[in-house]
Amino acid sequence: MKAAKGTVFKYGDNVDTDVIIPARYLNSSDPAELATHCMEDIDKDFIHKVKKGDIIVADKNFGCGSSREHAPIAIKAAGVSCVIAQTFARIFYRNAINIGLPIIECPEASQGIEGGDEVEVDFDSGIIKNLTKGTQFKGQAFPEFMQKIIAAEGLVNYINQK
Amino acid sequence: MGMTMTQKILAKHAGLDRVEAGQLIEADLDLVLGNDITSPVAIKEMEKMKVEGVFDKDKIALVPDHFVPNKDIKSAEHCKCVREFAYRNQITNYFEVGEMGIEHALLPEKGLTVAGDVIIGADSHTCTYGALGAFSTGVGSTDMAAGMATGKAWFKVPAAIKFNLTGKPAKWVSGKDVILHIIGMIGVDGALYKSMEFVGDGVANLTMDDRFTIANMAIEAGGKNGIFPVDDLAIAYMKEHSQKEYTIYEADEDAVYDEEYTIDLSSLRPTVAFPHLPENTKTIDEIGEDIKIDQVVIGSCTNGRMDDMRIAAEVLKGRHVAPGMRCIIIPATQAIYLKAMEEGLLKIFIEAGAVVSTPTCGPCLGGYMGILAEKERCVSTTNRNFVGRMGHVKSEIYLASPAVAAASAVTGKISCPCQLK
Repeated sequence: MKAAKGTVFKYGDNVDTDVIIPARYLNSSDPAELATHCMEDIDKDFIHKVKKGDIIVADKNFGCGSSREHAPIAIKAAGVSCVIAQTFARIFYRNAINIGLPIIECPEASQGIEGGDEVEVDFDSGIIKNLTKGTQFKGQAFPEFMQKIIAAEGLVNYINQK
Repeated sequence: MGMTMTQKILAKHAGLDRVEAGQLIEADLDLVLGNDITSPVAIKEMEKMKVEGVFDKDKIALVPDHFVPNKDIKSAEHCKCVREFAYRNQITNYFEVGEMGIEHALLPEKGLTVAGDVIIGADSHTCTYGALGAFSTGVGSTDMAAGMATGKAWFKVPAAIKFNLTGKPAKWVSGKDVILHIIGMIGVDGALYKSMEFVGDGVANLTMDDRFTIANMAIEAGGKNGIFPVDDLAIAYMKEHSQKEYTIYEADEDAVYDEEYTIDLSSLRPTVAFPHLPENTKTIDEIGEDIKIDQVVIGSCTNGRMDDMRIAAEVLKGRHVAPGMRCIIIPATQAIYLKAMEEGLLKIFIEAGAVVSTPTCGPCLGGYMGILAEKERCVSTTNRNFVGRMGHVKSEIYLASPAVAAASAVTGKISCPCQLK
């Protein structure tokens, strides 16, 4: 799987799916339209600053709340290449894998990375490099079947390929 | 090493004699659920899959409930997509406006969820059916699509937390206070990836509606599911509502739990979750200052059932909401609406100055039917008080029981019915 590399947007604990994509925009399911409102209620500047390949780093329980798959869809469509957090809420975790958005749990990385840092993630090994600070962390590598789902850009393509 | 109730249900549906926490399994599904927000995404995904139709037209439930009756053109397009898919695939359990209700109140009422089932739903509050002794959990749209196509889903077998309930709740204390107390105690990620298993003598002192409310909010502690033992009350409920066969599973005596808590229900007080997380709880006695409010919502998949309507009516009878208060009451299903009418509750609500709405999730998720402006405050019987959940990012939501919500509507500030004259 291709490594992710980009600038970090850093958030705290319990970033919920209502701030990732507010329900007032859920009358649409178009990824590009959802992306224009991504993180709107927690960080109005995010969507203006984010560049293709950038990385979100957060603390505990990222993606808690609603089961809306629109949340990882909006993050992916905004160009984010990877989300790193101490822990993820379980439905968000499943949804991210199922739509092919790489996510990785690593408490040490979450503590050792700040907003604006340049970070590189190797998914095969789980190694997270903070290029700005010259530090390195070991996240949980994906099991092979999850890597295949992400490489296929989601569960549906993966099932079709089988 | 024994299995928990959840583990036993999962083992049976995976065709295995035993499973243990952490094991990855593929399980057969008894029901796959979606609503008007999550189903269109699932339908689009399913159409990309190389399958012909759904796995079983009787084991899928499609309930447009979030933005219906259609709130705008885009919502109408979503509902049309779900409706056309339901007709095309001859889905037995599609519920049109006029029959629909809030999904997690509707499905048990229609007898579609029974003890021993494995149920996934593309809605996080799918965990509600644990009240009847089913394993049920929320998933996203892609999992729903795969479930509709194949009748199967993969799961990581959850570890468990045991909540031993004892005693009897006092007057004005209900299931909502029990679950808010628990979330306040363990936090919004206190049960992350785990099943919350409620046991003990105290269960007998909780009505079915109390149990639905408690299981419903397991997700607000990060739980994968919440589950209750199947007792005479649960059996009576299923016999009244369902023709489906049910299976009773009991945890082994040597089942393993990561943590165990004992909660004396008689010691609980009406409890309120302050902005902006369900774990920010205070009992009514701990709220020192007057917290003035602009709106009250009584309804949702958490608290829009018959018990909730009756408690709200008991508080509002012969009283009137405070000047300037907007009190919005939403019976969760058509059957509850009708019963509330027959019992004279709707008359009490309207005479008290409240509005009564057709079933909808509307205000709970900031969709419509009660959006908050900047700096407005709402006491709500719903399940989430996140930033911006019900409207403006600078509005505030206080989660509470129907008793506290109704009393607060009368006084205009957060109040307990015991404080009313």
